[in-house]
Amino acid sequence: MPTMNMLQAINNALDIAMAEDDKVLCFGEDVGIFGGVFRATSHLQEKYGRSRCFNTPLVEQGIIGFANGLAAQGSVPVAEIQFADYIFPAFDQIVNETAKFRYRSGDLFNVGGLTIRAPYGGGISGGLYHSQSPEAYFAHTPGLKIVVPRNPYQAKGLLLAAIRDPDPVLFFEPKRLYRASTGEVPEEDYQLPIGEAEVTREGSDVTVLGWGAQMEVIERAVELAEKEGISCEVIDLRSILPWDQDSVVESVLKTGRLVITHEAPLTGGFAGEVAATVQERCFLYLEAPIARVTGMDTPFPLTLEKEYLADHLKVFEAIKASVAF
Amino acid sequence: MTTTQEIHSPTFLTGDELSIPTFRLLKQDGTLYDGGEAPELSREQALKIYHSMVATRVLDERMMAAQRQGRLSFYMQCTGEEAAVIGATAALDDADMIMAQYREQGALVYRGFSYDEFMNQLFGNELDYGKGRQMPIHYGSRKLHYMTISSPLATQIPQAAGYAYGQKLAGDELCTLCFFGEGAASEGDFHAALNMAAVHEAPVIFFCRNNGYAISTPSIEQFAADGVAPRAYGYRMHVIRVDGNDILAVLAATRKARRIAVEQNKPVLIEAMSYRLAAHSSSDDPSGYRSKKEEEAWREKDPILRMQHWLVGQGWWNDDEEKALQESLRREVLETMKRAEKRPPPPLDSLVSDVYADVTPTLQRQLDQLKRHIRQYPEAYPKGARSLDPDVKARDDASDAHAQEGE
Repeated sequence: MPTMNMLQAINNALDIAMAEDDKVLCFGEDVGIFGGVFRATSHLQEKYGRSRCFNTPLVEQGIIGFANGLAAQGSVPVAEIQFADYIFPAFDQIVNETAKFRYRSGDLFNVGGLTIRAPYGGGISGGLYHSQSPEAYFAHTPGLKIVVPRNPYQAKGLLLAAIRDPDPVLFFEPKRLYRASTGEVPEEDYQLPIGEAEVTREGSDVTVLGWGAQMEVIERAVELAEKEGISCEVIDLRSILPWDQDSVVESVLKTGRLVITHEAPLTGGFAGEVAATVQERCFLYLEAPIARVTGMDTPFPLTLEKEYLADHLKVFEAIKASVAF
Repeated sequence: MTTTQEIHSPTFLTGDELSIPTFRLLKQDGTLYDGGEAPELSREQALKIYHSMVATRVLDERMMAAQRQGRLSFYMQCTGEEAAVIGATAALDDADMIMAQYREQGALVYRGFSYDEFMNQLFGNELDYGKGRQMPIHYGSRKLHYMTISSPLATQIPQAAGYAYGQKLAGDELCTLCFFGEGAASEGDFHAALNMAAVHEAPVIFFCRNNGYAISTPSIEQFAADGVAPRAYGYRMHVIRVDGNDILAVLAATRKARRIAVEQNKPVLIEAMSYRLAAHSSSDDPSGYRSKKEEEAWREKDPILRMQHWLVGQGWWNDDEEKALQESLRREVLETMKRAEKRPPPPLDSLVSDVYADVTPTLQRQLDQLKRHIRQYPEAYPKGARSLDPDVKARDDASDAHAQEGE
C-alpha cells in the first residue's frame, strides 16, 4: 500500500472523483495550473481540462454562490476556499443558501452535490488570519454537514464520501498535517462514513474526545497518562455535524469521565455542545465534571502561539484532574 | 439618476466603446515623453522619494534572504511597485490616512517608519506596536496615519470610504488613500466601497496596484474587462490609469486626484499598471505559473532605475551618492535586524489584552489558569515562562511603556 501525506491523499481523492464522474468540478483561487497554494489540486487541470478545474476570480462569496448554482443544476462542485479564515465573505451563501436550499423549496431543488474544502487550524505560525478553526459557526447551521479528517487515510475516505454525499459538506483540512501527517493509503476508491465517530483507542478510566489535528495532541497526552497508569479511551469525532452522540455517550457511560479538546476558543466552541448533550444523557454516570481544553477566548496570536494552543501538556493535566476529581 | 436618452432599436453596448488611455511622463531612460510635463518637485522631495524607493528595495531583499535563512517566518516584497506606492504617498498630505493591503511598506518608509520599527514588527518582539500578534509585514502606525494591515483581502476598501466620509464631516480637509491589488478588486467589498463612496461623496482615493498577478492567477483570469479602471464609470467616479512604474506620472495623477477628493468631495479611482517582480510571498514560487522571460521584460522597466536616470539627468544624483546610499542602508538593515532578533517576546499578559478595552473576568481566569500551567512546565513554554519571572516582569512593564510612547 502506498504511503501518502494528507495533501497527496486529498489530491488522489479528487482525482478519483473527477475520473469517475464528469460532473465533478474543482475550482477556487489558484487551484488551476498552480494546483492551489498548498498543491491539493495539482495536475487536475492538466488531466481534466480548464472547464473542470479552474482558477476563479478572488471572491469567496462568488465562488460559493457559483458553486451553489452549479450544484442546483446537477453538477458536483468541489469548491476550495484558500484558508478557512477567508470563508466569511461566503458566510451568507453558505448559511442562508447552501444550508437551506432543500428545505425552503420543499425539496424541489437542492445543492447536495456541493463540497466546500478549506485548509484550517493553527500551529503553523499563521497568526490571526491563517490559523482559525471556524467549525462552531457552521455547526449552528442545520442543513450543513461538517467533516474534519485526522490523517491521510481518513482524508481520502471522508472526502470521497463528502463529494458523493446527498447533502452539502464543509470539509475542513487541518493544514498543519498537510505534509506532516503521512501514512498508508489504498490506491483504490473507498469511503468512510460521515456522521460516525471512531474509537481510536479503547480504555476504561476517561474518554478523551477531539477531531482533526487535535487527535495527534491527544495521542501524546494519552501516552503520558498511560505511563501514570490512567487508561484512556480516545474518540475521533470526525463529523462535527451531524455528530455521533451515541458513540460518545456509550464511551462516557463506560468511563464516567470526558475530556474534550479543540483548537477554537472555549466560549461557543463545539465542546460546549458535546458537554451539554453528554451531561443530559450520562448525568448519573459522571464521576467528574466534563473538561474542555481549548484555545483561549481571544483571537489567534502569533509570537505566543505555543502558550495559546491546547497542547498535549494541557490535555494531560485535564486528564489527570478528571481522574483525580 | 439615470439618463433619459431613448433609442428605438435594441442596441447593446459592451464597454469597448470606452478606451482608457495610460498616463505616462517618464521614459525608461529618464527623459520625458514629448508633451509631458514633470510635476513640480523640489530636489529635496525628489531625493526623499528616491531614498524611500531604494530603502524599500534594500529592506525587501535583505528580509527575504533572512526568511530563506530561517530567521523570519514569512515575508512579502514590494519589489517592482515602489514607484506606484511611494509616488502615491508623496502626493498626499502626511496627515492623510493610508489604508493599505499588505505590499505597501514603501508608503511607511516614505513617512518615516524606521528600520527598527519594521524589524520589531517582523520579529514580533516586545517593541512591536502590534504586540507580536500578527504575521510579519502587518505594520501599522497611528503616528504616521497608516492603518494596521489586516490579511483578509479588500476589507479595507469600504472602510476607507467610511473613514474618508468621517474626515469630510470633521471638516479637516484630509482624505484617505486606499491601496489594493487587482485581485482584491474582485471581492464584493470593492464594489460596495466604490458605490458607497460615490453616493455619499467621500474624499477617498482608491489606488489599485494592477501588478498582473493575484498569487498565481494572472489578471486575464481575474476579469474579462479592460482592467479595473472601467468600473469607475459604473459608479460615476473620476478615474485615471497611470503607468505604475513612472514615479512622475503617479505623483502627478495622485496629486490631482487628491484635489478632486478634498476640494470637491468626490472619490477617485487610480489604476496603476505595474508588475509584481518578486514572488507573492516567501511561501510562493512563481516558476510554476510564469516565465523568466516575462519577468525579465518587466525588470527592464524597473521603476527605481527609471527615477535614478531622471535624477541623474537633473544633476541631482551621481554614482558615488548611489554607492554610499546602498552601503549605508544595507548596514542599517543588518544592524537593526540583529537588534530586533535579540529582543524578548511580548509579555504573557498580551495574550488577553486588547480583546476588549478591558480584560474581562473570563479572560483573566483563563490567563491565571495558563500561568499556573506554565509554572508547572516552564521549560515547555520558554516565551511565556519568561514573563513569570518577577524581575523580567518589571522590565517588561517598563519596555511596554516605552513601546507605547513610540507609537
